[in-house]
Amino acid sequence: MNVRAIRAIVVKDLSVLRHSKAVLIPLIVVPLVMLLILPALAALAPSLMNLPGASDLHALLEGMPDVMQARLAGLDDDQRIVVLMLTYLFAPMYLILPLMVASVIAADTFAGERERRTLEALIYTPTTDAELLLGKLLAGFLPALAVAWGGFVVYAVVANLAAWPTMGRVFFPTGMWFVLALWVAPAVAAVGLGATVIVSSKVSTFQEAYQIGGVVVLPIVLLVVGQAAGVVVLSTVFVAALGAVFWAIAAVLLTYGARTFRRGELMARA
Amino acid sequence: MARAHVIETRGLTRRFGDVTAVDALDLTVERGEVVGLLGHNGAGKTTTVRLLNGVLAPSAGSARVLGFDPMHDGVALRRRCGVSTETPSVDERLSGRAGLRFFAEVFDVPPARVERRIDELLAAFDLSAAADQRVGTYSKGMRQRLTLARALLHEPELLFLDEPSSGLDPVAARAVDERIAGLRDAGTTVLLCTHNLAQAQGLCDRVVVLEHGAVVASGAPAALAAELGASIEVRVALRLEAGTDARALLADVVGVETIEAANGEANGLRFAASGDDATAAAVRVLVQAGADVYAVERRQPSLEDVYFALHRGERPAARADAPQGVPA
Repeated sequence: MNVRAIRAIVVKDLSVLRHSKAVLIPLIVVPLVMLLILPALAALAPSLMNLPGASDLHALLEGMPDVMQARLAGLDDDQRIVVLMLTYLFAPMYLILPLMVASVIAADTFAGERERRTLEALIYTPTTDAELLLGKLLAGFLPALAVAWGGFVVYAVVANLAAWPTMGRVFFPTGMWFVLALWVAPAVAAVGLGATVIVSSKVSTFQEAYQIGGVVVLPIVLLVVGQAAGVVVLSTVFVAALGAVFWAIAAVLLTYGARTFRRGELMARA
Repeated sequence: MARAHVIETRGLTRRFGDVTAVDALDLTVERGEVVGLLGHNGAGKTTTVRLLNGVLAPSAGSARVLGFDPMHDGVALRRRCGVSTETPSVDERLSGRAGLRFFAEVFDVPPARVERRIDELLAAFDLSAAADQRVGTYSKGMRQRLTLARALLHEPELLFLDEPSSGLDPVAARAVDERIAGLRDAGTTVLLCTHNLAQAQGLCDRVVVLEHGAVVASGAPAALAAELGASIEVRVALRLEAGTDARALLADVVGVETIEAANGEANGLRFAASGDDATAAAVRVLVQAGADVYAVERRQPSLEDVYFALHRGERPAARADAPQGVPA
């Protein structure tokens, strides 16, 4: 493996990203909303519950399955709503971060490179197909990991600070969240990369790749809805199993994606 | 002693579905040669470059480049080749220097040498002042020069230049030609893909003309002209006695044809001669008829003449077996 070349590809791709508003805006705005605004709002939930028309929050609490009710046992109503939202309901939404970061960057480094007609110069370099692919995958995976793990820390700080008046103690992160951040988030990023590599081989622009690749967010949306509806209850074991499923899907997507990223294939389409 | 072939192909073929982009190409390039690959758009020039660099697999035939099989030793081969692509293929969001630095890393230029080599090339291609500007602000000529600089970063033994002057204004095109001439003089082997015939004539030791992916002619431009029987254009400045018809005088001279008054010359004559003997015979006839001959100018057939002769379907004798059916 030509490590120097792989590192150069990663550095170059990330340098290029810094100058693209289409890439940077979602990379800044979405984490800001997910990691700062949402947990801060969730901390305000108890006061909202005392307002007229807050029956929806009560109904949400009441509608939770017994398993969830048991986990929230021993907490007062205010604490229950805070823990429910910050620990459980927002958990799948956190996964959107690594998925989105990986997908946006991969769309830019795979389809975007072809759109900008800069791929051909790269093809003529003394790198193997695997080195080229690995460099480009790492350019998407490493930032996704950084955002996921950095975001996890930020989310933990914001959640504890914002909810301190209600909780009066450090209640976050839980064991389930450690599994989510360390095991599932990288898997989700890998799924996003694999899907975008495949989509990028079929389309010709960054926007097309990003939009079509966005379909992979659907399983996460289902998790959000499933939890809110009381159909799915996240637990450490469930999350660990979910991670294994995502890794399996990622392995399939990346293996297939690697087949589409071969010099001969790329040049035949050029 | 036989000279080493830097490039040698035998029956190299590449098909895309029903379309044959490169058709049984036999090509040899020797060390230090500048060989022009000529042909219309779609003639197979760029596909040939891709095949020779191992980035595209052949459908049939074989190639050896710098002793390597491009498909099996592509990495080792590309380490020793430089390619200037037809479209500049430069990242507009990076500065010229950052782009070169990236390729220097990928081509494994020794770390201690990277910045010095980049500075050398930026200076050589008149890009030093703009080195830290984003390439998006560069003119087309600057991008083309940057592409050439990139191809030379690792001091390749073999250079593939695919339409290096494409879309450039005359001044920028001349600057690029001068750079290529410098490389030729330094002994770099160059395969120059172009449909700029004047550029090929000025720079190439040999040209290979492709049509529909197949070689229809190859050789030094002058030798090709001789093989095709292309005639010498002769211009004569003279004064004839009133009432003397120069065309009638030359009508019976063997090897002289297409006789006409030279444009813009009161007493000028232009004709096509099959060779030097025919030219001398024509001048002798004119003098014997009492003409004062002030000047005789001979213009050897250009590569353009050769190219259009090939385009009309004429073929060198040595390539009589070459594919026919050339579109008019």
